[in-house]
Amino acid sequence: MGDFQIKEQPKEYDAIIVGSGAGGGMAAYVLANAGLKVALLEAGPMYDPAKNVMQLKWPWESPRRGANTKFRHFGDFDAAYGGWELDGEPYTRAQGTEWDWFRSRMLGGRTNHWGRISLRFGPKDFKRKSIDGLGENWPIGYEDVKPFYDRIDQMLGIFGTNEGLENDPDGYFLPPPRPRLHELMIKKGAVAAGVPVIPNRLSILTKPINKERGACFYCHQCGRGCTAYADFSSSSVLVNPALKTGNVDLFTNAMAREVLTDKEGKATGISYVSKDDLQEYRVKGRTVVLAASTCETARLLLNSKSARHPNGLANSSGVVGKYLHDSTGAGMSGVIPELFGRQRYNEDGVGGAHIYSPWWLDNKKLDFPRGYHIEYSGGQVMPSYGFGFGMETRNGKFQVNGKTKEAGGYGASLKEDFRFFYGASIGLAGRGEAIPLESNYCEIDPNAVDKFGIPVLRFNVKWSEHEIKQARHMKETFREILHQMGAVITSGDDGPENNYGLADPGRIIHEAGTVRMGNDPQRSALNKWNQAHDCKNLFVMDGAAFVSQADKNITWTILALALRSSEYIVGQMKQRVL
Amino acid sequence: MDRRSSLKYIALSAFSGVLLDACKPADKKATLVAGANGDGNLTIDRTPEEAAHEKKLASEQFFTEHEMATIAVLSDIIIPADDVSGSATDAKVPEFIEFIVKDMPDHQVPMRGGLRWLDLQMANRHGKAFKDCTKAEQIAMVDAIAYPGKAAPEMKQGVAFFNRMRGLTATGFFTSEMGIKDLGYMGNRPNQWNGIPADVLKQYNLAYSEKEIKECVQYT
Repeated sequence: MGDFQIKEQPKEYDAIIVGSGAGGGMAAYVLANAGLKVALLEAGPMYDPAKNVMQLKWPWESPRRGANTKFRHFGDFDAAYGGWELDGEPYTRAQGTEWDWFRSRMLGGRTNHWGRISLRFGPKDFKRKSIDGLGENWPIGYEDVKPFYDRIDQMLGIFGTNEGLENDPDGYFLPPPRPRLHELMIKKGAVAAGVPVIPNRLSILTKPINKERGACFYCHQCGRGCTAYADFSSSSVLVNPALKTGNVDLFTNAMAREVLTDKEGKATGISYVSKDDLQEYRVKGRTVVLAASTCETARLLLNSKSARHPNGLANSSGVVGKYLHDSTGAGMSGVIPELFGRQRYNEDGVGGAHIYSPWWLDNKKLDFPRGYHIEYSGGQVMPSYGFGFGMETRNGKFQVNGKTKEAGGYGASLKEDFRFFYGASIGLAGRGEAIPLESNYCEIDPNAVDKFGIPVLRFNVKWSEHEIKQARHMKETFREILHQMGAVITSGDDGPENNYGLADPGRIIHEAGTVRMGNDPQRSALNKWNQAHDCKNLFVMDGAAFVSQADKNITWTILALALRSSEYIVGQMKQRVL
Repeated sequence: MDRRSSLKYIALSAFSGVLLDACKPADKKATLVAGANGDGNLTIDRTPEEAAHEKKLASEQFFTEHEMATIAVLSDIIIPADDVSGSATDAKVPEFIEFIVKDMPDHQVPMRGGLRWLDLQMANRHGKAFKDCTKAEQIAMVDAIAYPGKAAPEMKQGVAFFNRMRGLTATGFFTSEMGIKDLGYMGNRPNQWNGIPADVLKQYNLAYSEKEIKECVQYT
């Protein structure tokens, strides 16, 4: 690199957006459709599920039969580029921290492979401190967000049912698919165990909603990216239409380094390194929207120090990086003996369960705060790497076609066993709400940079007793459901020795809270419009802005808040306040 | 639903171009070669880093000819041909195992060492390597390590090896075209889900509730 200089992009934009996932995609869509000139920066390459095809591929088209690699942590057919570790882009952990960080680097980010579970927060979820005294209330309530949930339901498409549940509000739903066989069995068992089961709420089109997107054709492969755009991913549903307005310049492989500010402390642009030519660039704009993901956004702010912002941008409160929290997660697997030797038919269905259990209990009667919902899996799924391992733990335990066998074996008898046990396994997974704590945070590691010279994050995160007790309750519930339905536990029967199988924080990939909003600028970084208290032309539209994350997967709320905040920007610009 | 009508659904639901391309029989034939023989040219989406990684793996060889021959014999003992489907070697399971130990290096020592352990057992008993022994001698050896619950204590390492070998063989076989057909997996094709077939519901004495029938999507 003989000639090192920083190149200025000549155009000045109305808005620069960092990140093209749920938050950034929505911002680009709204701002571009309002006629604003937008620069959209994405740290990864271009991606289009209709061109980068994984859908309807067979296991043998992967030489590793769909097993995961360091490039694809959720299997060789998974749509996400990136993973738990990226070459040359480390992060560090303080002593005693077990935090893992999944980063997707591609147009659309993690929305390309997510579970499409699209749950609104309920009225209680915005005001949890008022209920249990823990954490903080949001500066907004359900009534503020409801109109935006209503609109994204119709704009992006979601199936489900109106159940009239107080904290799992009704919406605008497409009809859900009928439950699969194991799901009807689960439902029976769960109801007997006192656990409600309702149709799932997934952003998948069971019917077409416009001419640009097709309807679901039931291949069970949303995680691979949909060639018909029949599920929600930011790349195909938001960014592509935004690009078609002609108002968006997309910069792919653009790794943001810092937010640039002027002497008054206002944001003026973004400094980034291009991964294509490794040159340094600056792009200028009237507003900056950060949606780089919860931790990457905090990192950007903390790395944007100036005389006016000595603690990092938007951080006079000192809260940036703090209150980092992920969903709790624990699971259990079992087999349903009733399903051994079952009849074959195609039950792929949509790319997720057709049913789920919303949180159903009153915490006053429990020894932990907050709740969890239950996700279910199972059925006659496509075999992939891992299928057939461990038969020695099964074929001696259950009779096969009426015969008692010695565990293990080989030959024609073994072939019969694989056929016999196929399609009888199920999984139950709890996803719950953790308490956001000031003591759980990410910060800039003073001793490390990535390969671009950007200082990296160091994580300081530990579960509290609240989350461990919640995991214990999940396990008790799962045991009871499996027992009621006559299923046999095969894994996940954990106890105190491993915190009841509670997944390490970060593993559920629902991280939130690092740049939280609030009315008090001393105790929050953003106001109720996702706008920085300290820097009025800076907005944060990803999970970082969350005060708490409910027992709901956060994407639908990221989208609703990004829609709300983006329209606020448009309004402020029209009034020439911004 | 047959293939023709399922493709019609897709054509009707728009955005079908790429999808139809992906389903073409010509592609399928190509992937059989690419996937099974591992020349590194794949029909699935690859980033540049992945494409380079695939090429590198495809250019390497881990097992010796002797080891590959032993794996072939063992895999056909584990999954022989029967009246439903062919054998492990018919489904190119040994080639899969060769690939997967390169892709997942944790398999390498247990597999190499396990094969050697097996050969040494046979050399002590019969003065020959496992693959060169008679079928009856091979089966007698396998019987000693294929049943974890009744294997002799001094056979435990063999049991661990055989469990791994059984798992790799089963995975390789049932993720092949032949194995998936054997298993009867009916999915991975466009369709419209209308719920559990009526005869299956009846078999399990289950029924959809009125609420489900009213609320859930039905395609005609």
